[in-house]
Amino acid sequence: MKFRGNLRQYEVIGRKVPKDKSEVVPLYKMKIFAPDDIVAKSRFWYFIKKMKKVKRSNGEIINVRELYEKRPLKIKNFGVWLRYDSRSGTHNMYKEYRDLTTSGAVTSCYREMGARHRARAHNITILRVAEVKPADCRRPHVLQFRDSHIRFPLPHRVVGNWNRPRFTTKRPRTLYK
Amino acid sequence: MVFERYVEVGRVALVSCGPYKGKVCAIIDVIDQNRALVEGPSTKQGEEGVPRQAIRFKLLQLLPYKIKIAHTTRSKALKSAWDKESISTKWTTSIVCQKLDARKRRQLLTDFDRFKLMKTKQRRQRLIRLCMGPKPKDKANK
Repeated sequence: MKFRGNLRQYEVIGRKVPKDKSEVVPLYKMKIFAPDDIVAKSRFWYFIKKMKKVKRSNGEIINVRELYEKRPLKIKNFGVWLRYDSRSGTHNMYKEYRDLTTSGAVTSCYREMGARHRARAHNITILRVAEVKPADCRRPHVLQFRDSHIRFPLPHRVVGNWNRPRFTTKRPRTLYK
Repeated sequence: MVFERYVEVGRVALVSCGPYKGKVCAIIDVIDQNRALVEGPSTKQGEEGVPRQAIRFKLLQLLPYKIKIAHTTRSKALKSAWDKESISTKWTTSIVCQKLDARKRRQLLTDFDRFKLMKTKQRRQRLIRLCMGPKPKDKANK
């Protein structure tokens, strides 16, 4: 399963197919981060099967809907609690991200887990994502942006000139005061 | 090494890549090390500005203008601060903007326009040469 592109947040509701009309079957709801609704449904069955006695073959999905960010232009600090399998064991982790949307933060999380821990998407389970107040943030890379008068230059700018020649006699210009 | 242009709330920047290329915006807040939340009112008549969005610093070129706003101000307050400093006028009269516009116009020239340009340049050069007079003979190389 590839978690390509930007992930989206889905709310999936499913249940076991009732044997007859009189049987009352509980509904199960899950919040899933997935690239599209098809993967979201697949992940829903994956998790539900682990927790309840219901499979895709004897169950049905009632509803899948995408959850959109309430304030997509507000910068928020997100805390992501996750569980992942490393090569030697399975561990819990808490990571923090500064982003505009929950799905953006979770996408960053998957990318970071792949980069830093070589964890593949199928090895990662997002346990919980919550907006964290600036006072409650723990990670230094998020804390350093907790400054309303933030100010920094952009030193040593490497400008992406894709048309530049392979060989040149001039050093690139990196100082833009 | 003293820098003059900082990434800060209110810094005006030029978007150098993407769908809003060539447009000017103000940094409203800093998301993280790579991204800023920006918004830019329109500088020219009939042209849209930059809607509020996250843009990477790599796609921004900081300009020597700054407006006085609080972080994450609303669009109206941003526009009034923008107009107070008359950033639109400062930008459209700046050399950088004029050079970018000239480059855009040159790209849109048709072959007939290029012919007209060539003829105008020739006429101008002839007038300049007439004013300067005949070239003096180089005495050193005689």
